[in-house]
Amino acid sequence: MSVAQSTSAGPVAGEIGTPRVREGCALVTGASRGIGAAIACALAADGWPVAVNYRADEQAAGEIVQRIAARDGRALAVCADVTEPEQIGRLFETSERELGRVLVLVNNAGVRRDDLSLSLSDADWDQVIDTNLSAAFRATRHALRGMIRERFGRVINIASVVGPRANAGQANYAAAKAGLIAMTKTVAVEVARRGVTVNAIAPGLIETDMTADLDGELLGAVPARRAGSPQDVAACARFLASEQAGYVTGTTLYVDGGLSA
Amino acid sequence: MSTTVTEDQIEQLVIESLQTFGADPDEISRDATFEALDIDSLDLAELSQIVHESYGVELKGSDVADVKTVDDAIRLIAERV
Repeated sequence: MSVAQSTSAGPVAGEIGTPRVREGCALVTGASRGIGAAIACALAADGWPVAVNYRADEQAAGEIVQRIAARDGRALAVCADVTEPEQIGRLFETSERELGRVLVLVNNAGVRRDDLSLSLSDADWDQVIDTNLSAAFRATRHALRGMIRERFGRVINIASVVGPRANAGQANYAAAKAGLIAMTKTVAVEVARRGVTVNAIAPGLIETDMTADLDGELLGAVPARRAGSPQDVAACARFLASEQAGYVTGTTLYVDGGLSA
Repeated sequence: MSTTVTEDQIEQLVIESLQTFGADPDEISRDATFEALDIDSLDLAELSQIVHESYGVELKGSDVADVKTVDDAIRLIAERV
């Protein structure tokens, strides 16, 4: 596991959100680009030291760390494949050793392997379920141990409008994201009285590398008539991580330009 | 049971933990049931975590499923330490 850390410390002056008041850190999986990168930057703006998890793109993760450091934030790039259970353990170990107890966990790492169900392979089914759902559960289970002892925690699962809503060619992705929303609700009620909230964000069509190949048919169905940005999603994550969101738990916040309305 | 951990120490750890979980200190005794103390499954899961951190002993959910009283918990932990 390789680690790169920014040298700056101290909070970034944020325009919105609430400055961090807890000693601890935020861990964002799949944070080297897209929605995960935007969330990492947004949480850093509230003063959270941020563990920027990545699987392969060390350079991109390093750039996010430097971007946060340039605004006087503190961040650490941590390489880990979240589909490997033992690597999740090391991811937490490294993050907590360098930045403090993980009090905000954002399960963002995800992949797509689209195909019609008739021809969808077992390998593509398994990879999407492993990455988008099973890894999120394992990371959540790990994080809850510390959060429960701290009597504070924020778990934010990045789901999707696909799952609650059908999208042909994404049976694996839809099953994983719908499962993530179901998991969110159940874990939320298990730990609510310990001051730990568990919520999901369901982005619609967001402009990222992951959605670059989607055709315009989906965009035509968006009432806002435009795609969202990673920052739109990050703003919601910033709210859900805040002290003010302490009574918001077990819910799914749709960021989709009205697609699911 | 290890010679470095006494049953009295385990009892103290359990009682302190139960107080942290919100149990009424005046109601805590070895004969008290967790139901009477309003201690639920999440509390027992956290107690298992505290025991693991304190003594390195892992108690699974199935291990504590039959634990009904404070005495049951202390005895179970003492057997495993």
